[in-house]
Amino acid sequence: MNIQRLFERIMSFLTWTAALMSIGTLIYLVGFILVKGIPYIKPSLFSFTYNSENVSLMPALISTVMMTLLSLLIAVPLGVFAAIYLTEYAGRGNNAVSVIRITAETLSGIPSIVYGLFGLLFFVTYLGWGFSLLAGAFTLAIMILPLIMRSSEEALKAVPDIYREGAFGLGAGKLRTVFKIVLPSAMPGIFAGIILAIGRITGETAALIYTAGTVAQIPENPMMSARTLSVHMYALSGEGLHTNEGYATAVVLLLVVVLINTLSAKIARRIGVSA
Amino acid sequence: MNKLREKFMSIVFFMTALVSVLAVALICFFLLANGLPAIAKIGALNFLGGTEWSPADTPPAFGILPMIVGSLYVTAGAIIIGVPIGVLTSVFLAHACPKKLYKTMKSGVELLAGIPSVVYGFFGMAAIVPVAGNSILSACILLGVMILPTVTGIAESALRAVPEPYYEGALALGAGHYRSVFCVVLPAAKSGILAAVVLGVGRAIGETMAVIMVAGNQARMPVSLFKGVRTLTANIVIEMGYAAELHREALIATGVVLFVFILIINLSFSALKRVM
Repeated sequence: MNIQRLFERIMSFLTWTAALMSIGTLIYLVGFILVKGIPYIKPSLFSFTYNSENVSLMPALISTVMMTLLSLLIAVPLGVFAAIYLTEYAGRGNNAVSVIRITAETLSGIPSIVYGLFGLLFFVTYLGWGFSLLAGAFTLAIMILPLIMRSSEEALKAVPDIYREGAFGLGAGKLRTVFKIVLPSAMPGIFAGIILAIGRITGETAALIYTAGTVAQIPENPMMSARTLSVHMYALSGEGLHTNEGYATAVVLLLVVVLINTLSAKIARRIGVSA
Repeated sequence: MNKLREKFMSIVFFMTALVSVLAVALICFFLLANGLPAIAKIGALNFLGGTEWSPADTPPAFGILPMIVGSLYVTAGAIIIGVPIGVLTSVFLAHACPKKLYKTMKSGVELLAGIPSVVYGFFGMAAIVPVAGNSILSACILLGVMILPTVTGIAESALRAVPEPYYEGALALGAGHYRSVFCVVLPAAKSGILAAVVLGVGRAIGETMAVIMVAGNQARMPVSLFKGVRTLTANIVIEMGYAAELHREALIATGVVLFVFILIINLSFSALKRVM
């Protein structure tokens, strides 16, 4: 009897401690970055040209937005169309489907540095694009492709069959049904996947250093090298001269991540309500 | 006309679905084509089993055993730190968390998962390194924190997938709340929890930037928990910038070794998922 109660006590203590440690780590980390970074957020940090004096993060911020848009432009149509094939077109027991699934799963497990190596070998060297926004965007597009595919597939699957049957019954062709009925109803789910992808792109460093390079200016065209915020932070930490600006950059990065998280949670809740 | 369009688009959809297959094929081809010749030149045994990495010497030595061992140590340490806390946190979320607290806890864990690895690295440099040095220990602690949300998330859904009657049955037999959870529900979810661990291993072994920033990166056999270490991933990032010829190929071959590790981990993960 007493042993029972002791077990309950100990396990209750351990579970609560672990939960506290998890949340405590988060609070400590975020607090640490905020305390060290906020005093160094100055207007000069947001000037449009970078030099070693102002250590501006503005070019990196703009490059991040460009990189994100470019990667999404490549990966979203591919991922959504692939998901449409998997849910709407592929027959059951189709061999191609299982191969596609296995490769998508493999892609989602590959570490970012391997993507970086591949991008360096293929886009930068073999295709001769050099360190460029484009090479980085293509590398990232492959990296987020499985994520977009997976979330789009789930979203498309969640659309009730009655929608499709209704559309067919009214005389719409398959293509029309997909684009006018199924895709619009799956939009929130697809959008949630896109937001997760944006989060991954913003946080990525290892895949970009040797594909997009580390030039700290705003790129004028897609064939120019550019560093995103994360790469910018890494570069600052390596130099060891601008640690304070590094913290300030970390604050901005954290803000972006929190924003992305809240947005995706909101969308997830909306889907939950409509389902 | 309409029929033609339908046909055309169905082919387009199929082609886009094949892009992921093409991507995997290209990645395998380019890594192997650039990495295997180096392994052949250096000799597989010298490459994988060599304990000395000194690409600048004459003759250069390209042994990546220190990095392989380093990656394994760091990953093992991350698992030892991250898995118990992660699993216990998942038990908390699934079975002990007051309803009011749940949303905050859950979004906290999700936020932890979303923080970029450079930010973790920066935090590690400033908060862990001053205490534990640029060492294996620092890398283990930092990676342990980084895999925490991964482990917690998957373990929680595994726990939630266990049918409610398991828990109720244990209660009815006279077990307390925690005894029911730890002795009945947790064992029932073990394959899911194992999958969480495997995914954590994958994340830890593939992590690059955060490890570089805290691990010291000396390319020698790890000697102690408090001394520096270099992982496979770090080796690639640190030297790729200036490497040429055989050195460069040896770095790509390092990537091949990492890729093989990841493939093994992925295969065991999908095997586990089939069991679940």
